[in-house]
Amino acid sequence: MVQKRKIAYINLTTKKLSQKAMPKKIRTMYIGGRGIDMYMLYNHLKPKIDPLSPQNVLLVGAGLLGGIPCLGSGRCDIAAKSPLTGAVGDSNIGGFFAPELRFTGFDHLAITGKAEKPVYLLVKNDEIEIKEASHLWGKDTFETQTIIRKDQDDENIKSLVIGVAGENLVKFANILTGMKNSAGRTGMGCVMGSKNLKAIAARGTTPLEFAHPDRLLEYCRQMNDMITSTRWSKAQSRWGTMIIYSNTNTTGLIRTRNFQLNRLEEGQDLEPENIDRYSIGTSGCYGCAVHCRHRYVLREGPHAPLYGEGPEYTSLGAFGTMIDCRKMETILVANHLVNKYGVDTLETGGLIAWAMELYEKGILNDKMTDGLKLEWGNEEALYEMITNIAHRKGFGNTLADGFKKAIAKIGNGSEYYAIQVKGMSNLHSDERPTPSFALGIATSTRGADHLRSRPAIDMYGLPEDLLEEVYGGPVASEYNSYYGKPRMVWWQERLYAVTDSIGLCKFQTVFCSVHAPQWKEFSKLIQLATGVEISETQLMEIGERIYTIERLFNLREGFSRKDDNLPERYFKEPTPIGLPVAKNKKIDREKFSKMLDEYYKLHGWGNDGIPTAGTLKKLGLDKEPSNLI
Amino acid sequence: MQKMLAVDPEKCTGCRLCETSCSIYNEKTCTPEKARIRVTKWENEGIYIPMVCQQCDIPICESVCPMHAIKRDSNTQALVIDKELCVGCRLCMQFCPFGGIGVDDETKKIIKCDLCNGEPICVKFCQPMALQYVDANTLNTRKRRAAAKRFSDILKKMLATI
Ligand code: SF4
Ligand code: SF4
Repeated sequence: MVQKRKIAYINLTTKKLSQKAMPKKIRTMYIGGRGIDMYMLYNHLKPKIDPLSPQNVLLVGAGLLGGIPCLGSGRCDIAAKSPLTGAVGDSNIGGFFAPELRFTGFDHLAITGKAEKPVYLLVKNDEIEIKEASHLWGKDTFETQTIIRKDQDDENIKSLVIGVAGENLVKFANILTGMKNSAGRTGMGCVMGSKNLKAIAARGTTPLEFAHPDRLLEYCRQMNDMITSTRWSKAQSRWGTMIIYSNTNTTGLIRTRNFQLNRLEEGQDLEPENIDRYSIGTSGCYGCAVHCRHRYVLREGPHAPLYGEGPEYTSLGAFGTMIDCRKMETILVANHLVNKYGVDTLETGGLIAWAMELYEKGILNDKMTDGLKLEWGNEEALYEMITNIAHRKGFGNTLADGFKKAIAKIGNGSEYYAIQVKGMSNLHSDERPTPSFALGIATSTRGADHLRSRPAIDMYGLPEDLLEEVYGGPVASEYNSYYGKPRMVWWQERLYAVTDSIGLCKFQTVFCSVHAPQWKEFSKLIQLATGVEISETQLMEIGERIYTIERLFNLREGFSRKDDNLPERYFKEPTPIGLPVAKNKKIDREKFSKMLDEYYKLHGWGNDGIPTAGTLKKLGLDKEPSNLI
Repeated sequence: MQKMLAVDPEKCTGCRLCETSCSIYNEKTCTPEKARIRVTKWENEGIYIPMVCQQCDIPICESVCPMHAIKRDSNTQALVIDKELCVGCRLCMQFCPFGGIGVDDETKKIIKCDLCNGEPICVKFCQPMALQYVDANTLNTRKRRAAAKRFSDILKKMLATI
């Protein structure tokens, strides 16, 4: 049961391995996955260390409910200090790795040091081995997984791997498992590369025990029914996250040509139904009844034959709207390339779109781009840029360092055009018409990001009494409004922190559907699976604790209120096109600042964004670091 | 007509809900290793094939078992193991052409699908209906129609181009 789960400490420099049972106190305070990762991140790191030094710790944490038969229970949380932003590095990955790790008996791995030569970790039931990986170095993400399975003669091995981008210390290199599941954001693959760690392979046959197996099984079935009966999930099962595109593009909520337009005109080829031309079916993560991605095959053209999975809504923006490429095929090829090299799709697209705008403005020229014509819609330039970023070739080397360094290097007013927060690129969503979304990307502890807090149900214009019931206070129904939006963000931040900690999929909680499982259901699942009673209110407090310890980490690294901001263009340039709800909208600086005040207050943080002594005490954070694990 | 556990790999999304629910139902723990149904994958090509005992009409497992430990359940027609009689020789496993039989590493005895007394749990969990518990004749009618549809689509296309 829950008390039996273990954590392993691996030092790649000294090759020392040790393990420990997870203390119950940590469970009840931080649950698992992201929560425990964040506790350890704050506890294990000395302030201001170089993220690429051996001191950085790579944390791999399976969710507390990993392995149960519902709601996409295959999620794994990966954390370290981010080499991209210098803030909290944290990324959540689906697929099949987390349950396999749990079948070994371990829930958490804490990896420090740096191996002398390339290595990979093999976690097999109770045993952990550091294995030689010279033969894997230079291999792409797919080959790496295949070779490990062949070497070990075991098709059931699941691995987290890096591609060449991670080896080359691209600041936003990701970690991949399977054909597309990635811990995409904040450069966790770069941290792996800096440790000479090519892969973490897991294989286990240890039974996962539950407190009430029969009741859990029945309740899981109800949970699957609950989620699959929502309209959002039905659409997602059919078209994946791409379904969001139809609505947002028509309305005018999508960044196009970096940030010049908010809708892709003649973007019909990117409509989700066009995936049917290439799809051979859908695919799901472990324990998922939603199955939100397509398995696609390119049978013709210069890039055929090619098999890939996805693409996500994110890639439609990263390789479509943001760079003004209007072909589904371009998206499919580019999506495959980033997965193969192991770079974050979103960061890559965001940087290339930015470079294209700089090129158009003359801030970049042919000499600086090695002759590459970074023109809107130039798909060949896109493929070459992706490849060059992953290999740190030519101008790709500049972009491979991410926004912060690239801005410093290019200078010349380039910063104004960068759509980033805390050094991390924003999604291709345009938040100028949606203050709640704008606040969320500004306050996210890991830099511009939609998965920390996005209250996507804000888009539905739900009745205000329903919103009040959900969010526990008054919230305006219109998404253009600023009223009550800090409350939405605050609520979602806590919910997502808990979702990432129990290890379920965010699409299967209140993300795009108000009728999805949330606090009450999570509390019941935890009770049936582990026997531990954690009430809804306690879960909310745990969410608060996790978010606050992330805040403490960032404050310690020198971040402050001034970093909870938006790119200047959000305040200056109104959206040029779109439906009336989206057109001619920009963020009001004063109202934004007021939202921030209100948001801090809800969290129990001062006006400077620093948690008050009372808040820390209430959350049991007043004695951190406490070094329990 | 007797119902059968029908597998349609084309619909399978590879989620392993079947394995997971099967093992919790039968073993009370989540141990896919002991699931009676397993999903075989070719991940790099996107092919997922759930494999489970076919409850054959002329079961090889039953005929090779020296202990007569495999018997047909009169109710569900499933071939079930009599754990008391099974000596764990694994002959059945070696002869089954579908990999429908597994071994429990702890007890060293055979495990196989027994159709959960006529209400297979995996079917209840398989959202895309890659697994169905249906009347064999109905299934065949459906398959025939699906195949005929493909044929008629081709014909229609041919006629249109003439
Ligand atoms: S909804 Fe998508 S991301 Fe979530 S578990 Fe299912 S397949 Fe994975
Ligand atoms: S539950 Fe259904 S879709 Fe999921 S792996 Fe099993 S057969 Fe495939």
